[in-house]
Amino acid sequence: MFVPFLYELRSRKVPVGATEAVALGQALVQGLHDSSLEGFYFVARALLIHDEKHLDAFDQAFAKHFQGIESSSMEITQQLLEWVREAKQPDRLLTPEEKALLDQLDLKTLEQLFEQRMKEQKERHDRGNRWIGTAGTSPFGNTGKAAREGMKVGDAGGMRSAVRMASERAYKEYRDDLVLDVRQMQVALRKLRAFAREGAHDELDLDATITETARNLGDLEVVTRPPRKSNTRVILLMDVGGSMDPFAHLVSRLFTAAKKATHFRELRTYYFHNCIYGRVYKQASFRDPITLPQLFAETDRRYKLIVVGDALMAPWELMSVSGWSDDEGLEGVVHLMRLREHFTASCWLNPEPPSSWWQTTVDVIRKVFPMYPLTLEGLGDAVGQLTKAR
Amino acid sequence: MKAAHEVVTLATMRFKGTESYLTSESLRSAVDCAVALQRPLLVKGEPGTGKTLLAEAIAAAMGLKLLTWNVKSTTKAQDGLYVYDAVQRLHDSRFNDKDVRDIRQYIRHGPLGESFAAPERRVLLIDEIDKADLEFPNDLLHEIDRMRFKVIETDEEVVAKHRPVVVITSNNEKDLPDAFLRRCVFHFIEFPDRDLMQRIVHVHHADMAERLVDQALGVFYELRAFSRLRKRPSTSELIDWLAALKSAGITSVKLDEQLPFIGALLKREQDLMAFADQFGGKLPKRA
Repeated sequence: MFVPFLYELRSRKVPVGATEAVALGQALVQGLHDSSLEGFYFVARALLIHDEKHLDAFDQAFAKHFQGIESSSMEITQQLLEWVREAKQPDRLLTPEEKALLDQLDLKTLEQLFEQRMKEQKERHDRGNRWIGTAGTSPFGNTGKAAREGMKVGDAGGMRSAVRMASERAYKEYRDDLVLDVRQMQVALRKLRAFAREGAHDELDLDATITETARNLGDLEVVTRPPRKSNTRVILLMDVGGSMDPFAHLVSRLFTAAKKATHFRELRTYYFHNCIYGRVYKQASFRDPITLPQLFAETDRRYKLIVVGDALMAPWELMSVSGWSDDEGLEGVVHLMRLREHFTASCWLNPEPPSSWWQTTVDVIRKVFPMYPLTLEGLGDAVGQLTKAR
Repeated sequence: MKAAHEVVTLATMRFKGTESYLTSESLRSAVDCAVALQRPLLVKGEPGTGKTLLAEAIAAAMGLKLLTWNVKSTTKAQDGLYVYDAVQRLHDSRFNDKDVRDIRQYIRHGPLGESFAAPERRVLLIDEIDKADLEFPNDLLHEIDRMRFKVIETDEEVVAKHRPVVVITSNNEKDLPDAFLRRCVFHFIEFPDRDLMQRIVHVHHADMAERLVDQALGVFYELRAFSRLRKRPSTSELIDWLAALKSAGITSVKLDEQLPFIGALLKREQDLMAFADQFGGKLPKRA
């Protein structure tokens, strides 16, 4: 019954599978959803979704999948009939007046009448005096003014509110294909790590201690070893100024996240404007330059290079020689290629969405560096690519 | 057959929050699912939204004892099951203090092991699971799934007499592995909206003037909406700030450069600078 809904979720890249389906089935068998769509919404969300980044997709899928049910009334007949039965129980959703009205009607007749109307009615209906719908005067419906006996459909039953809740899309900002905050960036960067045992011997090596003690005929022989430490070195190269200004906040967040990432053994940050010609700068104000040959001498291929920039510039900036003394008579694009050659683990993060990557210079740079959008998803992919490259 | 009976009573049990812990319907539903399906409940959300308190509330509501396992960056999955103190044993063997042949003396249960071995059901809180190594949750999969583990040194199996209600919190510092997530019931605690926040404030500062609370909440949510902040103020900071306002006898606040005790809400240098930049004035003095 809910399986098509799972496929709806899968089509929205929410990873649900047999485990989730079985769990949801168990929950429904145990009646955790209180036989209401609202309850089903909460139970399904708790069991099918494992990460807040999928909550929005869940809401969308839910709204789409169950919206239909809201208007094509036939499908919910059974549920509506249940409400009628429940309404007969005391204190359930009804004011004393409504209850009195309901009591005037024989439940069987009402049900039959209801079913009959349901069959006749093929579409959503508002403001009538016969069909089931809202704001009408028929005996069935919601927010209506039936002067005579009838029953209220929907609202408190929860279906409308569950679908409405889903349509509100309150979790939009947690999607992972949107741009991200410092914390999310940190999470993504944390995957960029590699451990090695180096440095002072200040960790007890239990296995070796036991072996050595035994070899020592029971005389305690303590063996130590250096602790496992992160061995990741990262170079962050950021484009500043000009067309990058609108992304200044975003780039500064990435910078903060990288700075806070304690698992980097070393983090170097440099700045450039539009394109790289022979040198980069230690300060965002383009002071303290360091030439590329010097940078190459200080770093080796163990360093991972992350370039952040929109790759937008006048084509001549990429294809011509700058004329500065440091550029060794080479075009901008050649410098980029030298960077890529030196740092085998390197990538380019672009704050512009991929849909705008058709411009000439972006297209050229994409051929030099693997390019990813500066979103959580993109950063994750980039980090994955960097860890794979050795 | 006792076990089956237990499942029934547990399944029919519904969590309603406690007097001091206010819940939403979605949270109640998630707790019910976790308890009935006997799966761990994974709670995520911004810092200060009451993730840790939830476990206490569940324990209080169900009348069970709470065991807490605070995870640190050095914590290993094995620490939660049991620790074998080999060095002590080696040491003892040297001085013939105890009978070192009885290895059981050197096995100590961790929080998970303790909750399995306990004579009655426990609520086990695994707090801030994301602090540990990436592999940590995966290492616990089997134990949490089967609710049993083997002590290799003694070849004895520890089986849970009563499956503990496991609550896991995460601050989102790391992504958790998929295989682990699949086994959990997930709940994301949203940041409380104004109505709920008003009720939360009321729980902590019942005697506060309504007008001040209203103004303070206005300032608070406006600050949170201010996109240049690197760390947005959270519930606990609001509560502290209100306490400061109360003890200083302040009767009205508004969002400008004069905002009192701004240091209770914004704790980063850059955030204070951004604030000063936006709302004028010099860098506000810290309270």
